[in-house]
Amino acid sequence: METLAMHISNGIINGPVAAVFAVIALAAMAYCVRRGRQDLDDRLAPMAGLVAAFIFAVQMLNFPIFTAGVSGHLLGGALAAMLVGPWVGALCVAVVLVVQALVFGDGGVAMLGLNITNMAVIGIVVAYLLIVLLLRVLPRNPAGLAVTAFVSALVSVVVAAMGFVLQYQLGGTTDLGGNLTGLASTMAVSHLFIGIGEGLITATTVVTVAKVRPDLVYALRARKPAASVTVPTVGGVR
Amino acid sequence: MGAGHAHVLYRSADSPVHRLPPEVKIAAMVAFTLAVVATPREALWAFGAYALLVAAVAALARVTARWLLLRSTIELPFVLFAFALPFLGAGERVDVAGWQLSVDGLYGAWNIIAKGTLGVWASLLLAATTSTRDLIVGLDRLRCPQILTQIATFMLRYLDVLVGEARRMRLARISRGDDPRFVWQLRGFAAGIGALFLRAFERGERVYLAMVSRGYTGRMPPVWQGTATATTGQWLIAATVPVMAATVAATAAVLT
Repeated sequence: METLAMHISNGIINGPVAAVFAVIALAAMAYCVRRGRQDLDDRLAPMAGLVAAFIFAVQMLNFPIFTAGVSGHLLGGALAAMLVGPWVGALCVAVVLVVQALVFGDGGVAMLGLNITNMAVIGIVVAYLLIVLLLRVLPRNPAGLAVTAFVSALVSVVVAAMGFVLQYQLGGTTDLGGNLTGLASTMAVSHLFIGIGEGLITATTVVTVAKVRPDLVYALRARKPAASVTVPTVGGVR
Repeated sequence: MGAGHAHVLYRSADSPVHRLPPEVKIAAMVAFTLAVVATPREALWAFGAYALLVAAVAALARVTARWLLLRSTIELPFVLFAFALPFLGAGERVDVAGWQLSVDGLYGAWNIIAKGTLGVWASLLLAATTSTRDLIVGLDRLRCPQILTQIATFMLRYLDVLVGEARRMRLARISRGDDPRFVWQLRGFAAGIGALFLRAFERGERVYLAMVSRGYTGRMPPVWQGTATATTGQWLIAATVPVMAATVAATAAVLT
């Protein structure tokens, strides 16, 4: 089985299935826009931009696994969910995908719905559910945070990869017959390794940020609305 | 990145395509890609027609074939996937040069390569003729929600902050005796990735506060929107390419 970068390019999945997922993605994004507006304050806006830029840069690193044939890249969903929350996080990943499709030709424009569903919706939902669950269970210390980040990143990457397998089963342009299980297992194994890399990067980044600026980590904020810093002080005092 | 700067793929030039308003180009590119994807894969001639359309626009935009081909390597992973399909596909088989290849797989490979390549060319042409700033303006004029254009603006702006910060940290490591060759530079990079993120954020925060103190309210100032919005004439001119593509797609769908 050969390479599967996560960005589905034009012609891999047939039109009707792509259209259905485009509708799903559009609806999910519209909801995120509504919820995200409430979240996006003056502290989150630059963070959202940086998270998007970080994901953009990280997704450019397509790294080979075992052989040059199998490659994949990091998704950044867990990082986004951790640092800017699920709504803005999903929008960050979606923006990255849209810009990559429009400008860099990475992932077909007609397949955007599929890619957004996999990486921005499935990836973020899985990551955020795990984050909420694990943060409640694990102790509130750097180690607990690191484990949370690692596990949520790892699992979300593998589940997002399975999203592609599901889509291929629904509307792959070539019938693979019995090889579909082969596709599923290759995707699972290769993305397990990507997930480990992603987990390490997410954990290091989140723990470093949480140590120095815990106020920047969305997942660590108290459930009550952050009242104090809403208006930025001119001159950048903090 | 200042407002006037552009991304790596932008080819600064003056051509009829460069002069078109960005929203028109984005819409045309998306419509063209959709037409290509909707074409039945058995209609081989249709893809030739699309390639001719791309070539015509490229010539008009003064983008060389060499540049287009070099940049198309981004889709290489999927081309590799495509080459595996004739061997893995199910169903009827044909004998090609001694190999039993799946007919469905062969068509599948062709489908992926042809549609993928045409899509990549279309977006490369958009990238080559539209600066980052224009791209955001175009999305904004296409009624993209403001929160998305805001994230996109910051993303493109902070990309350079991130790259610059990474360069500075690498230089700092080298000047302290690190030897960044081969694989072990990965270790230093991985250990520093959290610090990189934080440094880039603090720099980005300063950029943001500077913007806020100069009156930024979540939308780029009207100066950005400077060039006039698209006229009906410009929409009509840009529509020629996707309309031709749609005609080809419709003909192909009827014939096959």
